[in-house]
Amino acid sequence: MDSYDVIIIGGGVVGCMTARTLSRYTLRVLLIDQEADIGMGASSANSAIVHAGYDPLPGTLKAKMNVAANPLWDALAGELNFPFERRGDYVVAVGPGELARLDKLLEQGKANGVPGMHTISADEMRHREPNITPDTSGALWAPTGGICDPFAVTIAAAENALQNGVTLKLDTAFTGFIIEGKKITGIHTSHGDFGCRWVVNAAGMYADEVMHQAGVRPEFQITARRGEYAILDRAEITISNVLFPVPSNISKGILVTATLHGNTLVGPNAENLPDKEEHSVSPGGMAELWEGAKRLIPSLQPRHTIAVFAGLRASGNAACATPGVDYGHDFVIEIPREVEGLVNLGGIESPGLTAAPAIALRVVELLKDAGEKLTEKHDFQPIRPARPIFRHLTHDEQASLIRRDSRYGRVVCRCELVTEGEIMAEIHGPIPATTYDAIKRRTWLGTGRCLGGFDMPRVVDILSRELKIPPETVTKKGPGSEFLIRSTKDVEVADAH
Amino acid sequence: MPIKEKYDVVVIGSGPGGLAAAIEAKKNGAEDVLIIERDVEPGGILLQCIHSGFGLEVFGKDMPGPAYAQHFISDALTAGIELLLDTMVIDITPGRRIFACGKHGGLIDIQARALVLSMGCRERTRAQIRLPGTRPAGVYTAGTAQRWVNVEGYMPGRNFVILGSGDIGMIMARRLTLEGAKVEQVLEVMPYLTGLTRNYVQCLMDFGIPLHLSHTVNRIIGNKRVEAIESIQVDERWQPVPGTAQVVPCDTLLLSVGLIPENELSRKAGVKIDPITAGPWVDDGFETNVPGIFAAGNVVHVYDLVDWVTEAGYAAGRSAAQFALREREKERRHIPMIAGLNVRYIVPQAIDKENLKEGDIRLQLRVTQPLEKLVWIEISDGENSITRKRAPYARPGEIITLTIPQRAYDQVAKAGQLRVDVTKR
Amino acid sequence: MYMEEITKLICITCPKGCTLEVQRDGDTVLKVEQGCKRGHEYARRELVDPRRMISSTVKITGGEHPLLPVYTADAFPKPRIPDLMTALRKLGVKAPIRMNQVVLADALGTGINILASRDMPKLSR
Repeated sequence: MDSYDVIIIGGGVVGCMTARTLSRYTLRVLLIDQEADIGMGASSANSAIVHAGYDPLPGTLKAKMNVAANPLWDALAGELNFPFERRGDYVVAVGPGELARLDKLLEQGKANGVPGMHTISADEMRHREPNITPDTSGALWAPTGGICDPFAVTIAAAENALQNGVTLKLDTAFTGFIIEGKKITGIHTSHGDFGCRWVVNAAGMYADEVMHQAGVRPEFQITARRGEYAILDRAEITISNVLFPVPSNISKGILVTATLHGNTLVGPNAENLPDKEEHSVSPGGMAELWEGAKRLIPSLQPRHTIAVFAGLRASGNAACATPGVDYGHDFVIEIPREVEGLVNLGGIESPGLTAAPAIALRVVELLKDAGEKLTEKHDFQPIRPARPIFRHLTHDEQASLIRRDSRYGRVVCRCELVTEGEIMAEIHGPIPATTYDAIKRRTWLGTGRCLGGFDMPRVVDILSRELKIPPETVTKKGPGSEFLIRSTKDVEVADAH
Repeated sequence: MPIKEKYDVVVIGSGPGGLAAAIEAKKNGAEDVLIIERDVEPGGILLQCIHSGFGLEVFGKDMPGPAYAQHFISDALTAGIELLLDTMVIDITPGRRIFACGKHGGLIDIQARALVLSMGCRERTRAQIRLPGTRPAGVYTAGTAQRWVNVEGYMPGRNFVILGSGDIGMIMARRLTLEGAKVEQVLEVMPYLTGLTRNYVQCLMDFGIPLHLSHTVNRIIGNKRVEAIESIQVDERWQPVPGTAQVVPCDTLLLSVGLIPENELSRKAGVKIDPITAGPWVDDGFETNVPGIFAAGNVVHVYDLVDWVTEAGYAAGRSAAQFALREREKERRHIPMIAGLNVRYIVPQAIDKENLKEGDIRLQLRVTQPLEKLVWIEISDGENSITRKRAPYARPGEIITLTIPQRAYDQVAKAGQLRVDVTKR
Repeated sequence: MYMEEITKLICITCPKGCTLEVQRDGDTVLKVEQGCKRGHEYARRELVDPRRMISSTVKITGGEHPLLPVYTADAFPKPRIPDLMTALRKLGVKAPIRMNQVVLADALGTGINILASRDMPKLSR
């Protein structure tokens, strides 16, 4: 049985960021995920916002982690080479009645320690966002808010962790703890047992099931709360700002935001679901999205949609541990007493993406507090080398890149200008992309106007060639999702009719 | 054949529109004509439209798509039109500068005297019709499936439901059935057939494939791969009629819900797009609002017959050639003024030699260094002097004026360029 | 007295798709209303000997793609189309091929040739 110092269960943004942070130290770290790729849960289906931190209730872990993490993003983006822009965000009041709540948010932000916030007038809001509703009465401006590409963040952190010695095992589902007395000494998985001294529970949607297996927090439950999104064509509408409505009691509301790809993102709504695997987009949900979005930007048209998707929030029911703070959905970040050797993370929903770097640092603190002697590696490499992104280059740089490697000259995804060179780099990358969706997550291929209509046959062909597998076995997202059934002239099957 | 830096006419796309434009441009005096095609062979979408129905008007015969294309491809090659294959145009400017890249040619940067856009259409997607449900493998647009079945040689499913009773959907229904798949039904949201009636007979009726009008897909079912769709009846406002939902087991949903002209490149060049057609605004010569940029074929609007695309291609090609010839004439008439010895700059930087027929042309220049001596200010063609004048000095702070006399026309007309030098006497 | 039937038929000869009204007595066509001369010919044939233009593909080696599009030189008897498809599925040809080259002569003894729909040159690589 292979043994590690730390095993992290869950390769989402929190698990990967934690793996990266732990890889600074001379620890043997294993990161496992039950899916075929990292980041396939909430980490790749969210608003991509790095929150300023005025929204969580003061005193909650959500607030603390959000505000602690926010300033870390610039350095991280530089080291890990992922796209991030600190654009600032607006909470837009519609109608005079909402102005009072803006002031309350401002106070809340200050209490949380969010720098630079102030309110602006309706005129100023109209000036900053010409498409904003004429009924706006003013807004709250938070300059420290930002936008990122959340999957890019997750995979960059994972790749850097691998660079620094972390082992990654995908398709590996946690099935149980190995506990001797009160001490965790290992885990059972679908691919065998592994020994360890510490387990970090970063299992997202399934964090409750993991902790229950150690007898921890039996009353803690994670509910899948679906959020649906629509992406609008950048040729039809240009929004350069991040716009929130005044939040309600249950959610931040339906926002309208620029994305780093130049498109506009609308969403999410919020609906609790009984099924943790229900990823579908609902007819009713779309209607809700448009209603909310048009409140802020009346000129938005549903027919400008080029993509829709749904993400599932891992919504927990843990009460905030700070005395006097009445909040029932706080983060769980702790070393529980019921068992030795567990760092327990649960209920990491919004602002989970933002907070991930701070949660990772907190995990290190908790380990130190528990007596772990952490020695820094002298040869830790903080920089994850960037890979060329064809569409971001000038024509001269493109020409130079193609001369170096002619595969960058063959454009496979027309709408997003993704080349064969980039696809090859991901198929043979540190965390290899072996399915269409994995390539899509890494390169944004197939996310443009034609939604893969042009590139799909070409990508299937490339995957078949590079993985040396028949085209009929190339999948969209793992076994069972093959694109093709047989060759057209397959005699036996056809004649069976 | 190596790619030139400048072409009379560059055509983007070698489908029926592009081929016709290129051929007609050549016929109308364009000397070098280049077609840039992103696929490995010319023909465009016709290559995968293996069914008949093409050419009744242009050739008086009904033939399959690839055959229709073949005629024009052969004509184009015979006419000496250059064909750059496996190359994607990634940028065009209003000044008709074109950037394109391919695996074998690297990044090319060429200038077109006239540019014809014929990029055709893309298909409307599930997101654009906001189809709810999961996102499994097995949801394809009809054209993508057609490419697989007819060109690449693969069947993308066993049991199909087709959304959309347009011609592409119906034609694929027949095609798939002939190749051994089962098409369960065709759904059409309108209360009427949107494709040709003849296709309803020979694609659906002939094979016993049911057509349900006023129906659509309510949602897609299946996690990794399509397992079923839920069909639903709709009223005249496209609202679902309660109680009519039916689950139809299938492993593939084909979308045939419309074509949209593909104008990403057009936008980059500042071409004005008509919001109703989704194609460029064009005049009767198929010139867009940007001088020298023309458009032909489905990129302008979705045609019913390919024969009409060919006609439009001819018109655009003719206009493009005429524009290119006028540009050539302008270039021929333009002679650059070169700043020679001790000259910092000359305005104008180029002259139209035909204007010299009407009268003198005045030049103004400044010197780089002061010369407090007698100077010659001379215009030459590099070898022979054309005219010169004396001056007592030359100072950078004082503009020097010089005239090219009308009588110098014959000499100037033969010159490739003119230069001005300021030298000591 | 003979029994007259009126059958409605959609003509597929051209894109107009006229609805033809065919007066017939069993297999004998008496009169066709609506439509043009070609439509009337179609109607007469359709009732006794329905035929269709068929396009498909056959396997090809040595060319750019694994399939070569082909088509029937004339309208093919409808009941025999499944057998035609089977025959085409089993067929294989080699590049180079010229457009309208016969890839299957006298298919299923019908006298109808199956022709290549395009050139497919031999690939040099």
